[in-house]
Amino acid sequence: MLELSHVTKRYAGVAALENCDLSVASGETTVLIGPSGCGKSTILRLMIGLQLPDAGNIRFAGQPLEPAKLPALRQRMGYVLQDGGLFPHLSARDNTTLMAEHLGWSSQRIASRIEDLAELTHFPFDGLDRFPLQLSGGQQQRVSLMRALMLDPEVLLLDEPLGALDPMIRFELQNDLREIFSRLRKTVVMVTHDLGEAAFFGDTIVLLRDGRIVQKGTLREMLRTPADEFVTRFIQAQRAPLEAMEQQP
Amino acid sequence: MSLRLRLAAGLMLAVGLLLVAGESRPDPRAIMVGSKNFTEGVVLGELVRALASTETPAEHRQALGGTRLVFNALVSGEIDVYAEYTGTLTHEILAQQQPESREEIREILAESGLRMSESLGFRDNFALGMRKDLAERLGIRRVSDLRAHPDLVVRFGTEFMERGDGWPGLKRHYSLPQQDVLGVEHDLAYRGMAAGGVDLTDLYTTDAEITYYDLLTLEDDLDYFPSYEALLLYRAELAETQPAALQAMLRLEGQIDEAEMIAMNARVKLEGVQENVVAADFLRNELGVDVDARETLRSERFFRYTGQHLALVASSLSAAILVAVPLGIAAARRPRLAQVILGVVGVAQTIPALALLVFMIPLFGIGAGPAVVALFLYSLLPIVRNTHTGLTGIPLPLRESAEALGLSSRARLRLIEAPLAAPSILAGIKTAAVINVGAATLGALIGAGGYGQPILTGIRLDDMGLILEGAVPAALLAIGVQGLFEWAERAVVPAGIRPQARD
Repeated sequence: MLELSHVTKRYAGVAALENCDLSVASGETTVLIGPSGCGKSTILRLMIGLQLPDAGNIRFAGQPLEPAKLPALRQRMGYVLQDGGLFPHLSARDNTTLMAEHLGWSSQRIASRIEDLAELTHFPFDGLDRFPLQLSGGQQQRVSLMRALMLDPEVLLLDEPLGALDPMIRFELQNDLREIFSRLRKTVVMVTHDLGEAAFFGDTIVLLRDGRIVQKGTLREMLRTPADEFVTRFIQAQRAPLEAMEQQP
Repeated sequence: MSLRLRLAAGLMLAVGLLLVAGESRPDPRAIMVGSKNFTEGVVLGELVRALASTETPAEHRQALGGTRLVFNALVSGEIDVYAEYTGTLTHEILAQQQPESREEIREILAESGLRMSESLGFRDNFALGMRKDLAERLGIRRVSDLRAHPDLVVRFGTEFMERGDGWPGLKRHYSLPQQDVLGVEHDLAYRGMAAGGVDLTDLYTTDAEITYYDLLTLEDDLDYFPSYEALLLYRAELAETQPAALQAMLRLEGQIDEAEMIAMNARVKLEGVQENVVAADFLRNELGVDVDARETLRSERFFRYTGQHLALVASSLSAAILVAVPLGIAAARRPRLAQVILGVVGVAQTIPALALLVFMIPLFGIGAGPAVVALFLYSLLPIVRNTHTGLTGIPLPLRESAEALGLSSRARLRLIEAPLAAPSILAGIKTAAVINVGAATLGALIGAGGYGQPILTGIRLDDMGLILEGAVPAALLAIGVQGLFEWAERAVVPAGIRPQARD
């Protein structure tokens, strides 16, 4: 569905992504993980064309991402940011329906779609007419997800969608999200820095470091046959605090 | 720019231009009389207008400005006639050609399509004057006596400061040592003399103030000042196009003696009678010509000035909105272009409003036209800058979210960026509007009318009531405009980004 080949991206001369090959399978959830600055968000931004690669090319559903085709191709992708990126001057409903209105959908079609989405994302109906600033962080992310899903895109790109939420809401939304992914059977690419979250969602986990893919596979594979020392250390670092506590009498 | 804003600005522009058009020459056959910005000039202008109006419609653009401005307006045909003085012609207007005789003056004027009348019958010479008590104390009677008193506080009319036949030449001719020499409005210099802050000023020998303030006219003992015979300068084609009206105007030749002129000046400046009434009385008594004249009512003047002022503000501001908002958008989209755009409109803003008005005259003549252009340029910067700031200040995640949705660049501007930048853009327009209302009072300096007119006339006649007649409505209008835009803010700024949305 999405394919990066030999992609390099530099910011002010520093490589954020170095000669990267990555193929995202259709209908699967792929999670990009790694320490800060490893290039995981850059991959997502390249996929939706917010940034153009310095070298290499990116294909979406077989078509190369070209600037002229971007607006049309983006309508086939949904994009969710860490802090939602909701437009403060539009209500939750208008944020969600903005693109559909712009494309001239009938009001009937819009109404029925938003009803389905509110149900799917467990967003309360009476919140639809509130402005983003009047919603909690978790509700804002549900609106952001509704907006991304409005046009029923083939691909869903999520950049740390739960990163700014407190743990309880995060847990609740994690479950909701996984349920949504499995019901919709969409191609999902998600960025996170949390290994537990990666394992929870990911059919495939891609571990990055310094702009390169270190290992791609399931968490189990990474545990059994780590590609190098870094994989083991990365997994260990995230597991350590809980295990240390469990070992105490 | 939202459609509503564009519509509102367009409508305002249309109304403004209509109002401006209504203010300009209503009748192409009308004789347009001009005058320089001092009382005698205005009185003579009124006399000419009244005489011309016995034959054809005639209008008087009062107190347009200094010599250069009014003469150029005559050359370019914006006015048909005004009163001038021989000394000013030979030593200022035609100083480069150095004409020796009247005949020579006529020849030079004819090259510009102008003619001059015979003398109106009196001289109004430049002279220096000081309070009699001070002059007596210092023992000053003649200009050359001034050499012994280098510490005098000297305040000259602005024009006298600069003119070839004014202070620079006088200083050389008499080797005068005074250092504390500044230019002020001619009429304010008199008040300075009376109050005691000013020791020496320039006089016009027909000024009513000479007797009123008990001033001594210093003897020009080294014959510096030329003779200034009053006469009319007019466009040559009047002889063909308006022979009867020209004939009527030229009836003034030789009719006004110095005492009569001083008396007329005194009635205007000291008794507060309006110039048109003074002129009508003179015509009735001396020439047996009956013309209609009555004092204009305060309410009449108020409506006229308000109409003119609103026209200046509405047309210049709306044109500025239509141009500045797209410029601000272009600047926000292209950072390199932004430096150029912000630089250019910034420079326009640094030019003092008064200077900007004067710069417009060679390009657009006098009247409402150049004033509108100057005010337009003056209104650009706040709007461009606030539009630019409003758009570039939108958080990156929001701009990228709009892009990621697949909206085209134009749709992003219309649906996302313009509404988010609306508070800033509107604040810029509000600033521009308030500045504009204030700066428009300067339009009166170049014949654009508005609330500046009574202020200028009030300064000229030392009439605080007249000054307030312009200053108070101008201030109220500025407050009203501010209120209007605050109301518009509520209508235009989306509810979600108003401060109270965060509940």
